[in-house]
Amino acid sequence: MINPSVLQKLSRIVGKENYLDSQEDKITYSYDGTPLISQLPEAVIIPHSKEEIAQIVTLANEVAFAIVPRGSGSGLSGGSVPVENSIVLLMSHWNKILEIDTENLTALVEPGVITADVHSAVEKLGLFYPPDPGSMNICTIGGNVAENAGGLRGLKYGVTKHYVMGLEVVLPNGEIIFSGGKSVKDVAGYNLKDFFVGSEGTLGIFTKILLKLIPKPETSKTMLAYFQSRKEAAEAVSAIVAAHIVPATIEFLDQTTIKCVEEYAHLGLPTSIESLLLIEVDGRPSVVEEDAAKIVVLCKRHNCIEIKIAQNAVEAIRLKTARRAAFSALARVKPTTILEDVTVPRTELAPMLERIDSIAGKYNLLFGTFGHAGDGNLHPTCLTDERDTNEIHRAESAFEEIFNESIKMGGTITGEHGTGLAKKKFLPAVAGIPAIAMMQSIKSSIDPNAILNPGKVFSIKPKCEGSLPRNREQIKKFEELGAWT
Amino acid sequence: MAFTDVHISTVEKKKNGFVGVDIPSYDFITNCIHCGLCLPACPTYTLTGLEKSSPRGRIRLIKAVADGDLEITQGFVDEMHFCLDCQACETACPAGVKYGSLVEFARAQIYRQQKVSWLEKGLKWFFFEKVLSSKRNLKRAAKALRMYQRGGVERILNKTGILKMLAPKMAKLQHLSPRINEKFFDESFPEVVRPVGNAQHRVAFLSGCIMNVAFADVNRDTIEVLLHNGCEVVVPRMQECCGSLQAHNGDFETARKLARHNIDVFLQHDFEAIVINSAGCGAFMKEYGHYLADDRQYSERASLLSRKVKDLTEFLVSIDFKKPGHPFNKRVAYHDACHLAHAQRITTEPRAILEAIPGIDLVDLPEASWCCGSAGIYNVVHYEDSMQLLSRKMKNVESTHAELIVASNPGCIAQMKYGLDLFECTGEIIHLATLLNRAYASHD
Ligand SMILES: Cc1cc2nc3c(=O)[nH]c(=O)nc-3n(C[C@H](O)[C@H](O)[C@H](O)COP(=O)(O)OP(=O)(O)OC[C@H]3O[C@@H](n4cnc5c(N)ncnc54)[C@H](O)[C@@H]3O)c2cc1C
Ligand code: SF4
Ligand code: SF4
Repeated sequence: MINPSVLQKLSRIVGKENYLDSQEDKITYSYDGTPLISQLPEAVIIPHSKEEIAQIVTLANEVAFAIVPRGSGSGLSGGSVPVENSIVLLMSHWNKILEIDTENLTALVEPGVITADVHSAVEKLGLFYPPDPGSMNICTIGGNVAENAGGLRGLKYGVTKHYVMGLEVVLPNGEIIFSGGKSVKDVAGYNLKDFFVGSEGTLGIFTKILLKLIPKPETSKTMLAYFQSRKEAAEAVSAIVAAHIVPATIEFLDQTTIKCVEEYAHLGLPTSIESLLLIEVDGRPSVVEEDAAKIVVLCKRHNCIEIKIAQNAVEAIRLKTARRAAFSALARVKPTTILEDVTVPRTELAPMLERIDSIAGKYNLLFGTFGHAGDGNLHPTCLTDERDTNEIHRAESAFEEIFNESIKMGGTITGEHGTGLAKKKFLPAVAGIPAIAMMQSIKSSIDPNAILNPGKVFSIKPKCEGSLPRNREQIKKFEELGAWT
Repeated sequence: MAFTDVHISTVEKKKNGFVGVDIPSYDFITNCIHCGLCLPACPTYTLTGLEKSSPRGRIRLIKAVADGDLEITQGFVDEMHFCLDCQACETACPAGVKYGSLVEFARAQIYRQQKVSWLEKGLKWFFFEKVLSSKRNLKRAAKALRMYQRGGVERILNKTGILKMLAPKMAKLQHLSPRINEKFFDESFPEVVRPVGNAQHRVAFLSGCIMNVAFADVNRDTIEVLLHNGCEVVVPRMQECCGSLQAHNGDFETARKLARHNIDVFLQHDFEAIVINSAGCGAFMKEYGHYLADDRQYSERASLLSRKVKDLTEFLVSIDFKKPGHPFNKRVAYHDACHLAHAQRITTEPRAILEAIPGIDLVDLPEASWCCGSAGIYNVVHYEDSMQLLSRKMKNVESTHAELIVASNPGCIAQMKYGLDLFECTGEIIHLATLLNRAYASHD
């Protein structure tokens, strides 16, 4: 419980109309897009300047409450779900594009700008901001930076971190810094801005973001390749990459996902096939033609049944929009969709798909799997019902196995959705205890009172006095005390 | 997936805040995976930027009441009625969540538990229970309004601002209320109208409540279009309002009463389709089967009737309507009524009809299916919000430079006509039936 007098102070800082604590508001800011997780905040605060944020942060340090920054709440690891004794700091109202610099190819934006709005604003000027998460029509740039979000175009263009040139951040001690800038090279001191990318709201609150833009590709071609088997589709992906062709996008959908997407979007997809690939090549017209032709040959070589090429931009957009809806469309089958985010080296795509299949069978679970195949990033999604406790527990075991398989193959437990609350239990397995200890010591040195999104990524339970453990033996002792769980 | 680490929403049995019959379906509630993909489609979320005025937020609030975590608070009531029931979120939702049903059943619970603000209550009571629930009352009220509009009283009250001072909402109401026709529709047509020559189709026609008294000309155009297409048209005399406005307001009892009455009246006649020129009525009559599913006496006939309901555009396309022969040179933009585009998913048929008229230059209206803010009597109860939506709509309308803006719903037409005046835009707002009839006439 946050003391009423503290809440009053908060209300005074931002003004009454920007302070919400009705039961209805608390309930509707108790969740994000993650299944099964929710917690009521004590209040929801809508700040309007970085100074207000700094004051809130200072107050939090004085009287000990937690601050959970929130963009649109589309996150899939619980990043913006409130924690105990916390307020939600709502940033979605910070939605101005401040400057598009067509000479330096940068865009300065507020963190609450919707990703798709950046796309349309810069594309009007012949520029391009590549990161395009499936949620791009709702998620914010701030949320993207905090999660280091990927997207459909990751294969060729990379992810959010490749496009952050500068950040204005309110630090956990209330100081405000701007790290980075418009110069493309900058090695003055530690590279702080990169360090905030993917920090999941635990290290600072972004108030301005300087994005890198690139020229818009001249043209693009979008196609669908149908396969009778998943294995062949996965092998086609590896073959394309091995042939040194770099499409902007290679997305994979399995049969269950195809059926759901078709039911929603009515694209005329064949629902009898086992999998399909959505492939987009872009760039200069001649290169696009050449790459597309090569891809057709490679797909055919891997027993692709049919290849369809989008006739125009409208059709291409329809196909991609339908793919973006895949996750939500899967909820047509069963009400709870637990989506994971394992990522393996591209060569391991086919074996990983096979493993997911057999694990689903072993636990008698229904899965729909899709993902950014070109990045080796898969979204095996368990279709279940949260009211069926037994099945939820089986799903838990299944995912644990899937994570372990991924790690064994040299992969990771999350490629783009972040660790948050949902995956922190598995972080030690992939990162290792010393790495977590380092993350912890970073966190505690810049946020000693643990006011910013505490408990996300890893737990903060100061169980022992004295200095932090440095070697394996010391760490083991900590572990026995349950410090990392 | 550290399920055990985090707070799992346990299904503890607390007291469900919804009671009796007409409870929002829990299956529909859990169907929502709170992904948020519907947020950008929601006009009210765009207005406030607050989660509680978004579809995802409202579903969560309904869930909280069902789970016993929230009572039916004033805040809950306000959000359920701040919703336009435009159902744009249903079109947007990939998971297929039936939001419209959830909000309507939540409103039914609110109505049942009598939790509405007094002003809203007063206004709505006056409208739904007094005026709209019987055609006689509606006509009486309309006659009074007609006299009042024709006489000088309106001008005087307006000019002096007395009306505004006395009751601001009422003052706005009189601007928004459609002009009452000189002659009501059903006073000017016989019960059965026959086309010249042999009838190829026999259809029934819903004259509607508001349509009947304020859009008599649109009804006349609709009938003429049907006649032109070889239809014999039955307009059952005894029919009443379809009940949609009452249902959207949560008064299921009156709505069902009206539905049962209409089922009795319409099914006395023989016809292949009930043709409807008001999107809201069509959407609701298509749901008669659903609303009367538990009524043993009526459920079967209700479904039968629902299956026969066709929007005018849907019907015309299905019978391969006659294409006007002579050019009708106009620049035209089409506005999608929410209850046509989202509730009935009819978007291609009206455009196909417009495109089939020679000479018409059909231009894209940006955000064509974004609510104009009319939404039943939303524009009266939530005047300011409604005007913001209208302003957005009229900006888009202006950008098309269209001479004619076509819609297929009386509410939208009245609202946008008001918008033309308020924002001083040019162009004419016109029902699709009227346009088509004019196009037919241009070669006769
Ligand atoms: C249908 C669907 C498809 C998706 N597809 C993809 C995809 O393809 N690729 C992908 O990577 N993700 C995807 N996601 C996940 C999600 O959309 C991303 O993680 C996105 O970046 C979250 O943005 P948001 O604005 O919703 O942030 P939120 O969910 O509100 O918050 C996410 C994190 O950012 C922090 N945060 C937000 N704003 C700030 C700020 N101003 N300063 C500091 N911290 C802040 C929060 O504390 C939280 O930790 C998808 C989600 C859905 C529902
Ligand atoms: S209604 Fe549909 S789109 Fe909206 S949050 Fe729920 S599942 Fe997602
Ligand atoms: S019906 Fe319309 S106003 Fe209501 S939640 Fe859905 S989109 Fe928003």
